[in-house]
Amino acid sequence: MTITIETVQHIAHLAKLQLSETEMFRLADEMEKIVGFADKLSELDIEGVKPTTHAVAVQNVLRDDELKPSYDREKILQNAPERDAACFLVPKVVE
Amino acid sequence: MNQSISAAEELAALTAHDASCRLAEGTVSSVQLTQLMLDRIAASQNNAFITVNPKALEEAAAADARRQKGEARGPLDGIPMALKDNISTQGLRTTCASRMLAEFVPPYSATVARRLSEAGCVLLGKLNMDEFAMGSTSENSYFGPVRNPRDPQRIAGGSSGGSAAAVAENLAYFTLGSDTGGSVRQPAAMCGVMGMKPTYGRISRYGVVAFASSLDQIGPITKDAQDCALVLNAIAGKDPYDGSSLMNPLPDYLDALKDGAAGLRIGIPKEYMGEGISEEVRMAVERVAGLLEAQGAIVETCSLPRTEYALSAYYVISSAEACSNLGRYDGVKYGYRTQAYANLAEMIEKTRSEGFGDEVKRRILLGTYTLSAGYFDAYYKRAQQARTLIMEDFRKVFRQYDVLLTPTSPVTAWALGQKHANPLEIYAMDVCTVSVNVAGLPALSLPCGTDSQGLPIGAQFIANTLGEAVLLRAAAAAEKGGKA
Repeated sequence: MTITIETVQHIAHLAKLQLSETEMFRLADEMEKIVGFADKLSELDIEGVKPTTHAVAVQNVLRDDELKPSYDREKILQNAPERDAACFLVPKVVE
Repeated sequence: MNQSISAAEELAALTAHDASCRLAEGTVSSVQLTQLMLDRIAASQNNAFITVNPKALEEAAAADARRQKGEARGPLDGIPMALKDNISTQGLRTTCASRMLAEFVPPYSATVARRLSEAGCVLLGKLNMDEFAMGSTSENSYFGPVRNPRDPQRIAGGSSGGSAAAVAENLAYFTLGSDTGGSVRQPAAMCGVMGMKPTYGRISRYGVVAFASSLDQIGPITKDAQDCALVLNAIAGKDPYDGSSLMNPLPDYLDALKDGAAGLRIGIPKEYMGEGISEEVRMAVERVAGLLEAQGAIVETCSLPRTEYALSAYYVISSAEACSNLGRYDGVKYGYRTQAYANLAEMIEKTRSEGFGDEVKRRILLGTYTLSAGYFDAYYKRAQQARTLIMEDFRKVFRQYDVLLTPTSPVTAWALGQKHANPLEIYAMDVCTVSVNVAGLPALSLPCGTDSQGLPIGAQFIANTLGEAVLLRAAAAAEKGGKA
């Protein structure tokens, strides 16, 4: 599998990452090697094999829907890079 | 003067259970132990700690006060310990060794942090690691690499390198790490200490920053098997805040230490002892087998034929889950935010590009690629099918054996910077540890001697689901055999 610069560009866009041109060339090369390594999985005969999402079987966990106090708003906003009173502040998204 | 230095050295080198005895006898106080650790942390050059807890001495004084009143809480009350910096601690910054979270102060504590605090432990601080636990060397840290206390020119292993180095250098009586593909066991092996990755779900992950949610598990790093059992007793068990934590009843893990190796059926999977494993590591693992055989264990060679696919399956699954888990870092609610931006989209992209390091970006891109349109079936789904086959292999061998014995790492600690040029070469070093996470099994790394350069070697025991007790039984027997 060849990983082109265009592929890296597309994937970076999906992942919300900006890459410099140097980074892009380096990553195309590295990803090609890593994806080639992942291609080893194509050797496996997986016909009819069920995929495993959880290695240890767990049952659905149910509980009563009780009202409990949550975290204090002020405490949650404490880590906000930018805030305005009781809100997280981001650049304007609608004109 | 020299005498007092060596007395301090001796006190720092104690196991947690021996330190606990001294506290119980009243020959030392928690404040003394804590001050000793803080002094050693300040003097250390190995970069194991990212943050020191300014309230450590206060916590120690509270433990001493409890003991004075006859209200000591148990064997860990007053014992100074430290946590990997991806375990949230209320009021104390939790960075994941990333620029993204360099100033993040959690509004709550992880369940494991809370349980240790309730057991009376003193939190010394937060430990260095690979950024977001991605790496096998602890070099991928925004705060600089961790150095191996056995040889400061070498890596401490990773990603819980700070956790292992701190125990090896006697900067804490025990620590916690996290293990997604070997991140507790491999640094423990490289630093010459013990590390356990329990069964998936045995320990709550509430408050632990997620890397790969179907693989992540918290584990103790200690000086011996008894300490490992003590810590496990304190932190294991169901947590209503973690839906994936298991309800199965908890044994007293200390009981397992007495059982001895007689009759223990040990399998050595041949795929773990072949090509790529250094001769000295292989010999050290065989010595462990010999020690246990001498105590009446039955040791045989067995096979896990699909082992060679585990590494590919692991990197596909872990990167896919990581790219999803790391989607939350957008500079809005917490964490780093870039300085200049024209709009929301640019703010998010620049924040992520400046906030994440190279290895994290690599994994996010790989994960995004394997999950993107047209590739899902070829990679993520196929990796999960490989997972089913790998688990089948383990199920088969565990019909015949109580525990498996393998190397933890194919080689001992390499030089800092040595493998920077080729990420794949570092990934390949996880070959002995990743299957365990893929299958959700418990495993333990036991220090088992050194190579010709004096670098520690680790032997790994692997048990069936919820077999932590048998791991401790094997480890305690091997420790005893090693001393005899």
